[in-house]
Amino acid sequence: MAQPIVELTDITKSFGPVSVLKGVSLKVYPGKITALVGDNGAGKSTLIKGLAGVQPYDSGTVRFDNNIVGLHNPREATALGIEVVYQDLALCDNLDIVRNMFLGREETEWGTLDEGQMEREASETLRSLSVRTVKSVRQKVSSLSGGQRQTVAIARSVLKDARVVILDEPTAALGVAQTEQVLALVKRLAEKGVGVLMISHNLVDVFAVADYISVLYLGQMVASLEATQTTSDDVVGYITGSKTYTGVNV
Amino acid sequence: MSATGAPKKKPTHEELEATSAGSGVPVPDQIGSGFEGGVIDQAKAWLSRVRGGEMGVLPAVAGLVVLFVMFTIASPYFLTDRNFANLLTQAAPYVMLAMALVFVILLGEIDLSAGVTSGVAMGLFVVLSNPGGIKMNWILALLIALAAGAAIGTFIGFFVARVGIPSFVVTLGLFLGFQGLELLIIGTGGLYRIQEPAVIAIESNNLEPWQGWVMIAVILVISFATAMVDRRRRTRAGVPNRTITLLWIRLVIIAVIGGVVVALLNQDRGQSLLAITGVPIVVPLTLFILWLGTFVLDRTKFGAYLYAIGGNPEAARRAGIKVVGIRWTAFIICSSLAVVSGLFSASKVGSVDASFGTQTVLFGVAAAVVGGVSLFGGRGRLIHGAVGAVVIATITNGLGLLNLPGGVNLLVTGGVLILAATVDAVSRVRAGGSLTR
Ligand SMILES: Nc1ncnc2c1ncn2[C@@H]1O[C@H](COP(=O)(O)OP(=O)(O)OP(=O)(O)O)[C@@H](O)[C@H]1O
Ligand SMILES: [Mg+2]
Repeated sequence: MAQPIVELTDITKSFGPVSVLKGVSLKVYPGKITALVGDNGAGKSTLIKGLAGVQPYDSGTVRFDNNIVGLHNPREATALGIEVVYQDLALCDNLDIVRNMFLGREETEWGTLDEGQMEREASETLRSLSVRTVKSVRQKVSSLSGGQRQTVAIARSVLKDARVVILDEPTAALGVAQTEQVLALVKRLAEKGVGVLMISHNLVDVFAVADYISVLYLGQMVASLEATQTTSDDVVGYITGSKTYTGVNV
Repeated sequence: MSATGAPKKKPTHEELEATSAGSGVPVPDQIGSGFEGGVIDQAKAWLSRVRGGEMGVLPAVAGLVVLFVMFTIASPYFLTDRNFANLLTQAAPYVMLAMALVFVILLGEIDLSAGVTSGVAMGLFVVLSNPGGIKMNWILALLIALAAGAAIGTFIGFFVARVGIPSFVVTLGLFLGFQGLELLIIGTGGLYRIQEPAVIAIESNNLEPWQGWVMIAVILVISFATAMVDRRRRTRAGVPNRTITLLWIRLVIIAVIGGVVVALLNQDRGQSLLAITGVPIVVPLTLFILWLGTFVLDRTKFGAYLYAIGGNPEAARRAGIKVVGIRWTAFIICSSLAVVSGLFSASKVGSVDASFGTQTVLFGVAAAVVGGVSLFGGRGRLIHGAVGAVVIATITNGLGLLNLPGGVNLLVTGGVLILAATVDAVSRVRAGGSLTR
């Protein structure tokens, strides 16, 4: 098996007396989709916030490309190539697609925005993801559908050579057709060699795209297995705690 | 990624697969940018944007045309070269004030103290430079006044951006407090005449007729040059340009409107033997600040971030933008430009008293809204504030010629404001938002 791009070992995190992550281990592989599942409050968001540098872990080690790294703030995560697509999309409705994709990292020349260059790169990134639902990259985001917005948010994450993309419930609140489109996009991310970590409550979506499934239960990783080696019923059992995984974690 | 060649024509295996799978719609060779096609396509695209609710400055310009027609019919004095020059000089302080406010309104903030800030700063100016008093060099006094404006902006920015108090509250407090400060600086019932000829000249003196034509030429050259730089960058990046015919059309429109205005102002509008001709000096000054501010908002990271924060501050923060600093800076710009507005106003009125600027700020806010700037933030441009201010100045000026009772002016201005806000709200619904927000 390939070398993991991200490897978390014995991660803990507490909020005051409440211990939310109790020694969690997780691997994300390049070119593979790892689904992170678990019931509400299991600690999924807390786990990825640490990876994003938004909310550093209390203890444990983070290896990136097999080197131990500290993730103390968002900039360190970005510098490593870790990008997060948040549940609430974090796009600016009043700006067009190009400006949104480049927000905070605009191309400039002589101190002025190089709109041509940005438009070209945005367009190329969308094309490399085979996006065909977006007519114009100069459309305002306010005019886009939920799926198109999710597309823009995901495209934004891979604009600058991301190595790991973390998606927090990318298909929540999407219709059938749009869910399918976004899942196809997630697959294409992995095909580009990106390590994808996807949080989802929808096991149909998970089994549709995931290579690996990691189940978090009350702050502990109770199962990490290949998607082809398990069933939806089993995973539901691990999530609710009614079944115990006895195999070896991948 | 940025250095790879032009988009490849031959579809790769992956793209073919994407085409055959899914809905069967072929992947386009390049995603559009809305810049393609000829004049007709562009005009259609523009029309559909307007129908979709992105009306921008259009309602204000339409309103301005209606007002001009109405007042020209109602009063023989309205469309005379003398009144036209007068209208421009009356409008200039409001144009500056509205442009100042646009910087904070774009953030969804407000500065109710912009008027009294100009009063405090101009109070300092007259007290410091007055020949009967401290007799400071007027340029130095003006610099101190501008610095006072920047300091006030820093103060507001600290409380709004850093401490997190709503700007409405902070600037309402200053609006009250600075009326008192003005009284302390100038003295109850006090009034200082502006004695410095250079300050009076801003609103009262004019360019030589030939200088007016040079001004138009400079505007045309700058418009052309910036458009060409944009086109070159887009060509270099391999993305389409708008048809160049549009640029020619724009330049012709600027040349015609500018030409008519300059020609009108170059007529002798003196009432005695002394000839008065030329574009008032305040006009090129205002246009310069309009250009500079628009450049900053449209073409720099700072401008991009201002719009981003106005649209979604949380998204801006997660994108690594230093939201506090940008907010803070916007308030400094607003207060500084408010002082420039005060300078124009003092030049027009010829004096500064203890109530200077206490009445103006709401006209500035009204001007921005009338011009199409959204009070919710994120939408609007400086030119919108400027046009809105001209609309409001035109109402005041035109009604003033009709010998109507004093209250009518305020009633009409208020009505126009509500009308404009309604247009904004309705257009927001058409653009996909809801009526309440
Ligand atoms: N800042 C915080 N302070 C205190 N407790 C917190 C904080 N953030 C999260 N928690 C607690 O940590 C636990 C895990 O939260 P987390 O958001 O990681 O769950 P989740 O798995 O993402 O759930 P969901 O599926 O509902 O999004 C919850 O019990 C929550 O109340
Ligand atoms: Mg969560």
